[in-house]
Amino acid sequence: MSSLGKDIAPSTTGHPMVRAEGVHKSFGLAHILKGIDLEVNPREVFCLIGPSGSGKSTFLRCINHLEKISAGRLYVDNELVGYRQRGDKLYELKESEVAAQRRNIGMVFQRFNLFPHMTALENVMEAPVQVRRESKAVARERAERLLDRVGLGDRKGHYPAQLSGGQQQRVAIARALAMEPKLMLFDEPTSALDPELVGEVLDVMRDLAEDGMTMIVVTHEMGFAREVGDSLVFMDDGVVVEAGHPRDVLTNPQHDRTKSFLSKVL
Amino acid sequence: MTDTVDKTPAPTVPPEQIKAIPVRHYGRWVAGAAVIAILVLIGIAFSNAKINYGVIPDYLTDGTILSGVWHTLYISVLAMVLGLVLGVILAVMRMSSNPVTSTVAWFYVWFFRGTPVLVQLLLWYNISLVFPILNLGFYKDEMNQVMTPFLAALLGLGLNEAAYMSEIVRAGIQSVDEGQTEASHALGMTQGKTLRRVVLPQAMRVIVPPTGNEFINMLKTSSLAYAVQFNELIKRAQDISSTSLAVVEMFFVASIWYLILTTVFSIAQYYIERRYARGSSRNLPPTPLQRLRKNLRLFGSFRRPEVAR
Repeated sequence: MSSLGKDIAPSTTGHPMVRAEGVHKSFGLAHILKGIDLEVNPREVFCLIGPSGSGKSTFLRCINHLEKISAGRLYVDNELVGYRQRGDKLYELKESEVAAQRRNIGMVFQRFNLFPHMTALENVMEAPVQVRRESKAVARERAERLLDRVGLGDRKGHYPAQLSGGQQQRVAIARALAMEPKLMLFDEPTSALDPELVGEVLDVMRDLAEDGMTMIVVTHEMGFAREVGDSLVFMDDGVVVEAGHPRDVLTNPQHDRTKSFLSKVL
Repeated sequence: MTDTVDKTPAPTVPPEQIKAIPVRHYGRWVAGAAVIAILVLIGIAFSNAKINYGVIPDYLTDGTILSGVWHTLYISVLAMVLGLVLGVILAVMRMSSNPVTSTVAWFYVWFFRGTPVLVQLLLWYNISLVFPILNLGFYKDEMNQVMTPFLAALLGLGLNEAAYMSEIVRAGIQSVDEGQTEASHALGMTQGKTLRRVVLPQAMRVIVPPTGNEFINMLKTSSLAYAVQFNELIKRAQDISSTSLAVVEMFFVASIWYLILTTVFSIAQYYIERRYARGSSRNLPPTPLQRLRKNLRLFGSFRRPEVAR
């Protein structure tokens, strides 16, 4: 698998890629996020771990505005997500403006969510052609290159139902990369995979990390976090319990809740 | 990663074939005989009836009947197209977050599904009672001149169909996994694009079978358009029987044509369903033609009984 680097837009430096300030999220009466403050720097691989229901997936979905935050501020590349601020008033962005913000943020889902009525190649071509109005030829050329790089050059014409879980997830990564995002969100990308297929997806992600992509990864793969991650955050019950370098947090957790969680998963 | 194929070498000498005496199904023979007996009795009853069967083949290709078939066919297709387009719009309106549009759509379905088609047809035909003059600004005419039997039939059948189609389309849209919408939004696609490119194509798999059913229903419901003087099959058959007095015979002629039309469209439906099954199953089921060809090939190289797979 060769370098994925050419598809990564050079990240503008000087400010964090993602900045969360006191982010809260409630679904009705359920208070899911209770004040998240964190920063993700460009080219950083940022891992989020924690028990299920801790709010890590919800936080990830707030970053590309699939969920609206209830309080606080969330910035991607110095731009407020989902809102525009004029004076001290917040204005909701129009649907097309939200869509424009999302173009710069790729997302990979636990359940792949490939479009089942399109082939692998069509899945990867869809957004560039439909959203960026690229010509089919240009989009096809890039899609073929991306599929080659995730090791699926020989599966272009296959429909998702004809691919294994690991192959589907690699197509999904290629589909997200086709929009040349400056940030990639991974929502438990290997949790729905058979154990023997996890490695091939993690290899692609490792490759991407080496090429300098900014990545936020919600994961249960502690090995991946330790090896590839630059920072790691342990979340529980809607708050950040512990943050630091993955090696430090995983081998020498300070907080009791982190210790008890790690003792169960490691 | 690649499909593993069972590479166990087949034994060169096949094991001895089992030659057992199959279970006898006496019940099937009894039931079959009973069915034949009943059919024969019904057949005798019909052939002894005072029906002049001899005229049926002649009238089957009569010019008046053929024009009725053509009218039935095109009013059904046009009404169905109108129903389909309006049905999609109504379904999207119904599911929209805008309370005005969703209420309008709900009310439309409530009204057009809740009143008889015959009444709706007659209402359109007599719409000049309500609006004697049609004034579109650029076009103005007496409503009586505008509301031809064709237009009354099209509006009556099509607008009624839209109410049913909107419920079918809505069920189809709701059957598509939410993750599809999320993935599409995450790629930066707008609501409209997501609906057109991602949701509707997948909803089609759920929408097509009941739509085929609706169309076949429409072929026969269109006979109600005789009430607004539209020259469809039943009206034409009655026109003939009013002079030839072959009333029942003409209904037989019409029924044979309805059977032919529904059969043709049932076959078309099979192929359309197959097309929209793309991607939902690994291998599409063979078409009847492919199955026939395969069976012929098997038959040609028949050596030993095929082992059930």
